[in-house]
Amino acid sequence: MFAVLILIPLIGAAATWLIPSEGLRPKILALFSSFHLAVTIRMLLVTPPESAGRWFHFDALGKIVLLSTSVLFLACAVYSIGYFYYRQERSNRLLCMWLLVCLSAASLVTITHHLGLMWVALETTTICMAPLIYFNRNARSIEATWKYLLICSVGVALALIGLYFLAYATIVAKVEPTLLLDDLITGAGKLSSGWVHGAFVFLLVGFGTKMGLAPLHTWKPDAYGEAPGLVGALLSGGLVNLAFLALLRVYQLCVATREIAFFQDALVVMGLISMVVAAVFMARQADFKRMLAYSSVEHVGIMAVALGLGGKAVFGALFHILANGLTKGVLFLSSGNIHRSYNSKSTEQVRGALRRLPWSGGLFLAGFIAITGSPPFAPFISEFTIISTAFIQGRMLVGAIFLTSLAIIFIGMAMTVLPMVMGEVPAESESTSYRDSIGTVGPPLVLLLLVLVLGVWIPEPLLGLLRDGAQLLEVKP
Amino acid sequence: MITLADQLLVLVLLINFISLGTGRLIFAIRAVAVQGVILGILPGMIHSFSWHLVGITVVIIIVKGFIIPRLLGRAVHSAEIKREVEPFLGYVPTLLLGAIFTAFSFGFSGSLPMLPEHQNYMFVPASIATLMTGFLVLTTRRKAISQVIGYLILENGIFIFGLLLAGAMPVMVEAGALLDLLVGTFVMGIVMNQINREFSSLDTSLLTSLKEE
Repeated sequence: MFAVLILIPLIGAAATWLIPSEGLRPKILALFSSFHLAVTIRMLLVTPPESAGRWFHFDALGKIVLLSTSVLFLACAVYSIGYFYYRQERSNRLLCMWLLVCLSAASLVTITHHLGLMWVALETTTICMAPLIYFNRNARSIEATWKYLLICSVGVALALIGLYFLAYATIVAKVEPTLLLDDLITGAGKLSSGWVHGAFVFLLVGFGTKMGLAPLHTWKPDAYGEAPGLVGALLSGGLVNLAFLALLRVYQLCVATREIAFFQDALVVMGLISMVVAAVFMARQADFKRMLAYSSVEHVGIMAVALGLGGKAVFGALFHILANGLTKGVLFLSSGNIHRSYNSKSTEQVRGALRRLPWSGGLFLAGFIAITGSPPFAPFISEFTIISTAFIQGRMLVGAIFLTSLAIIFIGMAMTVLPMVMGEVPAESESTSYRDSIGTVGPPLVLLLLVLVLGVWIPEPLLGLLRDGAQLLEVKP
Repeated sequence: MITLADQLLVLVLLINFISLGTGRLIFAIRAVAVQGVILGILPGMIHSFSWHLVGITVVIIIVKGFIIPRLLGRAVHSAEIKREVEPFLGYVPTLLLGAIFTAFSFGFSGSLPMLPEHQNYMFVPASIATLMTGFLVLTTRRKAISQVIGYLILENGIFIFGLLLAGAMPVMVEAGALLDLLVGTFVMGIVMNQINREFSSLDTSLLTSLKEE
């Protein structure tokens, strides 16, 4: 089952590479993504046994991340059929192929318990995304790609030295040298604390860079701003969660080695800085895709704070993986439509989207309401859980900064989004051939419905999954 | 063999300073190539003979000593640039910082618990010093090529540490990490070419259109 999950996207990648027809390729992409989702669901229903050598182990944390990634990916793949109809000036061969390679590597991250292999897969996803950010082939996108590639590569390289420190800690402790998560957790008591401490610092910085936690977020607005909408959706709803999963693995180790207090404090501080940075830069943002990037910085901050708080908030963090991932899909895909229609992503020129594109404009507005944590959408539940945990634990300052940032972000984002969707279309606005159609509106609409359903009712199996995941991350006194 | 390995590590540290102090790009690329070859020889110094070891040595020497330097050399050639002009921080200050970082890494690694058989090696300080040198080059230089050189030095630092871990890292993971590095550098090479075409220069300080007002 594990091999099937990894191989299906790779076969799809080979197929998209070989097929000469521009129109057929996105359909192949969608076909293989639906196969991938089918395999994912089957693996969720019947958990495959641990592989020989225990390299592959599909636990609750991996399940949550794989599920959200696979659903989001399918939505983006279906969307690409409609999207590429409007982007016929460029070949979509590289984009379709690298997307599928990235999906394969992403699946590998979620199923492996070998930290070294996880690192290799995570670095592969980083490299796969570089040509996708450069899809538009202009000066701005090359700048974004360069920053993304350099900063993320360095970040992930730092995570590698963290892993090396961890492996050396096992050698010094005279236990069987290993990077298998389960063995590390079992032997955690014996590990030398100096090395483990160093390892956690490097791993936090490394995976934090990949995730885009402030102050390591500087690549994010550029990359999200210049990438096509569906790539932005996958970066902010998919890759971010993979890096978060890597941090969850580190967290599991921290719990086992009893270094958790230090790690939790670091997470809370970095998370709050991210939220404050997002609040500052969100206001008066002149480019709506960059605004979404800062929203992503905010939400990785929320997840980091939740993990740092521990207790009930961890449940919120895990639920936020799904809630944030799917809502980001709605926002980026609908913003891609608006961008196509106005041929601009400046908030000066984009006005009255609801009149010009009732569907895309409406989805963008609904996505904004969802992502800022308003009921009845899913992010409300996770954010409410996290805030209430902060106050129950008596951490008033954390709760206060958290709430204030959320409020400022709500106002800042509203000041950008509301003029965009309301009002009249400017007379001098460029007219383009883009019209809303089922192909470009359907996928974000389905994602929005999912976010809405999860906000009012969490199905029992998913609830069980989230509880199991939270249990894996429980800090025992 | 221990003393020879340590002497090679001293050479690695010297190359760090060379790359910090020079503005000539071709010279810096060659220095890093030599560093890569030394890294290829090092595993043979501390581990006993095996075919796996021979394989690693050959692959590393080819990749780090020849393929990547050639890729960078070609980029320098096609962009028709010879020197790093006006780095963000001058050569003398970066050299001084490099010296401070090297001293710091010797102090830092002294405080970490080591295996008795690794006690006398310089692997850990050399690794951390090289890592920091790479970071320094990466952050203070303007040209895209210099930044890639910095990234390579940083990876070399990580690699030196990896030498202590023979056994803990399975071959597949080791190979995967090396492959990722190669592909990463390759992609950077391609992106560099595009920067050159778009801006007619490899000066990354021209990349300023994406900024917050």
